[in-house]
Amino acid sequence: MSIVKPAENNANGSEMSSWAKTLILTVLGRMVGTKLIVLWESRHRSRFETNAATREATWVKALILALSLSFFALFLLMPLAAVFSEALRKGWEAYWLALKEPDALSSIKLTLMTAAIALPLNLVFGVAAAWCVAKFEFRGKQILTTLIDLPFSVSPVIAGLVFMLIFSTQQGWFGPLLRAYDLKIVFAVPGIVLATVFVTFPFIARELIPLMQAQGREEEEAAVVLGANGWQTFWRVTLPNIKWGLLYGVILCNARAMGEFGAVSVVSGHIRGMTNTMPLHVEILYNEYNFAAAFAVASLLALLALLTLAIKSWVEWKAEQTAPPEARTE
Amino acid sequence: MSISFFYRIFATALASFAFTVGAQEVTLLNVSYDVSRELYKDINPAFAAEWQAAKKGSITVNQSHGGSSKQALSVAAGLEADVVTMNQSPDIDLLVERGGLVAADWQQRFPYEATPYTSVTVFLVRKGNPKGIKDWADLARPGISVIVPNPKTSGNGRYTYLAAWGQALQKHGNDAAKAKQFVAALFKNVPMLDGGGRGATTTFTQRGMGDALVTFENEAALIAREIGENQFDVVYPSVTIEAAAPVAVVENVTRQRGTQAAATAYLNFLFSKAGQDIIAQHYFRPRDPAVLKKYAARFPVVRTFTVENALGGWANVQKTHFADGALYDQITERR
Repeated sequence: MSIVKPAENNANGSEMSSWAKTLILTVLGRMVGTKLIVLWESRHRSRFETNAATREATWVKALILALSLSFFALFLLMPLAAVFSEALRKGWEAYWLALKEPDALSSIKLTLMTAAIALPLNLVFGVAAAWCVAKFEFRGKQILTTLIDLPFSVSPVIAGLVFMLIFSTQQGWFGPLLRAYDLKIVFAVPGIVLATVFVTFPFIARELIPLMQAQGREEEEAAVVLGANGWQTFWRVTLPNIKWGLLYGVILCNARAMGEFGAVSVVSGHIRGMTNTMPLHVEILYNEYNFAAAFAVASLLALLALLTLAIKSWVEWKAEQTAPPEARTE
Repeated sequence: MSISFFYRIFATALASFAFTVGAQEVTLLNVSYDVSRELYKDINPAFAAEWQAAKKGSITVNQSHGGSSKQALSVAAGLEADVVTMNQSPDIDLLVERGGLVAADWQQRFPYEATPYTSVTVFLVRKGNPKGIKDWADLARPGISVIVPNPKTSGNGRYTYLAAWGQALQKHGNDAAKAKQFVAALFKNVPMLDGGGRGATTTFTQRGMGDALVTFENEAALIAREIGENQFDVVYPSVTIEAAAPVAVVENVTRQRGTQAAATAYLNFLFSKAGQDIIAQHYFRPRDPAVLKKYAARFPVVRTFTVENALGGWANVQKTHFADGALYDQITERR
């Protein structure tokens, strides 16, 4: 993702935003464009069209392409462009002011901190769980796999309410204990972190399990036969094999951790400057008719997401280059 | 030895963390309803300045906003509010019932039954009033579309419903059957119910739905200021409901945090001249007669009734109108 630099002169906001829009569209368009060029290259045409199944009339191909591309533009590019153009509607000055306002800053800090806590936790858990499920046979493995998927299937709001039921100081299971030691979990930062960890739980494990299953146990077995101990096997054999899949999982996990709304909304208490994450702050600003500021914070979230996706594409490309073909999952 | 050493480090770290979070300066948490955001944004710094001027140190008031009843439930579930500032007294009564978070006599703790300001329910129509909406009867006309927040989840919607009901009672000489008929006709004109006051506003102003929005006077004034004076007109009906906004100190939180004095001073500030002035600036009707007079141009005189004097009090309203299967459910079911 290229960084959009402010122009030196004081051009007005609408010009700026349309300029930014064009830039974004060009960058994304180029990504699509390369694929198109490749598709229409004669070398490929001659290679594919010897096969009867791919010999379609030009207009059929054009129609299908046009349909899918316009769908792509309508449902993915347009909202993205809308976020940025709304954010810059009042110009860069207002955009910058909205982001450096103390409540906005504290929400950015809280979001980054939450992700920074949730990621390592889920990293360790995800690798351990995937290792356990993929490399060993034991009773109840199926149940464990299902449980790992639980946060995917449960609505985030329910997840939030579960934490309320457990940790609420008034009605929760641990209420008396928390009151006795004057500890706060829900309506405070720990609750937000807990809810985020819960909803991002399966991302890394889910990414690794099929990969590790496909890789099989032969290499580990060979390492053990050659005299490696458990740690050596893990660090020298397993980890290098899964590193790209792991990175991919971490990236997805991070994207969700920063963007989570439902579960966090239930446990946050919405205290400005204290327990508001970025998605919650966007909602608050929107409800205060502060549309430009709302979209400014939203665009920052979108930028983080785009950055994440860019890293993701790079990781995929890198993984494709390094991994042997039979070990790839996608 | 090493264990106790680590324990000590841990305890020190924890204590210093608690210190930086809690004891550095006095902080209060004000848990409030949805559309009071702008008001408290101005009240809080003014109060902090006064507190500091009185040599009592620095104080920060944090805010949490949301649907009134939802916010009350959050406080009941342990959100550590020092004060609650709501728009209908059932939301504070709930905190009295749930383990005595608020003292039972909270209405006697501050002037005017602990309500620093009121607002009235008015109509907002599109510029020039193309559909000629002048009074409640017009809202029930066929072909009119009315935007109202959901009375089940929002105080604003509840007041709208009760205003329609109360004025119909007055008009038809306390005939409940006629009132029911009228309110049913009105709610037949409601295409959708938003969860809160702000949601309904956005539906009417941003999405362009509806011929009239029924909401509080202060919200209508804010819309005119924020979204454009030339797009909407405010219509005052012949008679409407007066909604008093109650405030209370959350006793067991302030006792535990040692903030009773600050919380009480904060709520008292709302009743002071300075507080009342800020309230009037935000188009809430102040209680102080002098301040009300100063801003008389903003607050047209309108005939009003209250839940207490015309509808038999909140407990009665709750039972006969909003309980499951009660009048409100019967009316909306027949749509």
